[in-house]
Amino acid sequence: MAIAVASTLVFFGALAFLVTRSPGWDRFKAYFFDWSLYRESFPEIAEAFLINVKIFLIAEAVVLVTALGLAVLRSLPGPVFVPVRALAIVYTDLFRGVPTILVILMLGVGMPALQLEGVPDSEIFWATVSLVLVYTAYVSEVYRAGIESVHPSQDAAARSLGLSRFQSLRHVVLPQAVRRVIPPLLNDFIGLQKDTALVSVLGVVEVLNQAGINEAADFNGTHYLVAATLFVAITIPLARFTDWLIARDRRRRQAGGVPT
Amino acid sequence: MSTSALAIEGLHKSFGKLEVLRGIDLELAEHEVVCLIGASGSGKSTLLRCINLLEPIDAGRIVLHGDDITAARVNVDRVRSGIGIVFQAFNLFPHMSVLENVTLGPRKALRLGKAEATGRATELLGRFGLADKRDEYPDRLSGGQQQRVAIVRALAMRPWLLLLDEVTSALDPELVAEVLEVVRELATEGMTMLIATHEMSFARDVAHRVCFLDAGVILEQGAPDQIFEAPREPRTQQFLQRIVDAGRL
Ligand SMILES: Nc1ncnc2c1ncn2[C@@H]1O[C@H](COP(=O)(O)OP(=O)(O)O)[C@@H](O)[C@H]1O
Ligand SMILES: [Mg+2]
Repeated sequence: MAIAVASTLVFFGALAFLVTRSPGWDRFKAYFFDWSLYRESFPEIAEAFLINVKIFLIAEAVVLVTALGLAVLRSLPGPVFVPVRALAIVYTDLFRGVPTILVILMLGVGMPALQLEGVPDSEIFWATVSLVLVYTAYVSEVYRAGIESVHPSQDAAARSLGLSRFQSLRHVVLPQAVRRVIPPLLNDFIGLQKDTALVSVLGVVEVLNQAGINEAADFNGTHYLVAATLFVAITIPLARFTDWLIARDRRRRQAGGVPT
Repeated sequence: MSTSALAIEGLHKSFGKLEVLRGIDLELAEHEVVCLIGASGSGKSTLLRCINLLEPIDAGRIVLHGDDITAARVNVDRVRSGIGIVFQAFNLFPHMSVLENVTLGPRKALRLGKAEATGRATELLGRFGLADKRDEYPDRLSGGQQQRVAIVRALAMRPWLLLLDEVTSALDPELVAEVLEVVRELATEGMTMLIATHEMSFARDVAHRVCFLDAGVILEQGAPDQIFEAPREPRTQQFLQRIVDAGRL
């Protein structure tokens, strides 16, 4: 413990020394670390950030369900479901392959431009849809890995009791699969939260654009620091929660090793 | 003659090119206990899995209480709910408590209400000395307790027929007896059972009839005393000799 503290202090001390001695430090400091500006800018940027929060909260809730549906479709067995599986594979390849920013641009610009009756023309709506489409592809792969990690003998035991294929999936396979994939799933959600900044390409005044507008007004990068702080502030709790879940899972397994 | 509990006729089963079951004929009368012996890899597990429709068969018929369960259009879920199977590796559901393990089948497959399923489970757990374990998770039980829970889970469905697949092979020697005791009790009560086992003295003790499975066919069958004392087939003699040499008879 003492060694850890000492080595940490020495490391960061040396780093701070080197950075503050660099020739451009004073200009860098004035550009990014204007504390009075930070306090002044914070409320406005935080309010713009609420748009990002709204987008990722909705997207995450939807992805949780759609990704599970896609994963289940892809793990349906037998020749009857070949077309379903093929479609699921095409979907996953497509939306994992295309850069997220392109999907957002195409849907966010394209769909409102259609001016179709009944089709929403809000950029935020289509940006959210884009993130859902992309992250459904990622998260379904996470779920699928979980489903495949449940030993087939579990399904056999459930089916031998007379449970239908669906009942076995619902009560035996999925509960175990989901438990195992919570950490990687939350990891993808952290990615999704950061990717809400991509919505800025549509001109929506969310956190990144608001910071940019403020920066353009007084040529000070502190506004970006505010935006960065906000993202970190919502990511850290989720990251620590993920760590805690992993640690708890490990403890549990060690406590209850299968005695054979 | 009344219909038999189980009748298997000309059952064939292959995995790819490997023909594991090459024409099995076997009948079980009501309340009969039949032990299936044979070398590892002879197809005992495959036969039991076929009877429970966990493996599709290639040829032949399986008739349960007069109903051909291998016919097209049978409701496989309903058939399975009437046949209990207990696996070598227990296969309890690790995310469920003992009580949930035992009530899952009655509630979901038989559609019993929660109170009725719980009552049934509690009664069975009590009878097999597991009353105080009903809220535990499987990982926290000994192997012997887990296997007894697995047996109770199968019994909670009130099956016509119970299939046991080497239920003591994964257990430490000192835990074998408690599980065999349960099976013995079920035999006494008249449960119809088909038991794949390596426990020869147990087979001799509990079985009404012993079948020797070799190379995918039932090579020899008869009363336990006849099979163990005076096996007719050279292959049966060899197999039993190996068991004796290994000190297991
Ligand atoms: N799902 C399967 N796929 C391919 N081969 C299998 C499968 N299950 C069993 N087998 C093979 O079938 C043969 C019989 O296996 P099994 O029924 O488990 O024998 P036993 O229970 O008597 O030891 C073995 O050669 C085994 O490798
Ligand atoms: Mg076996």
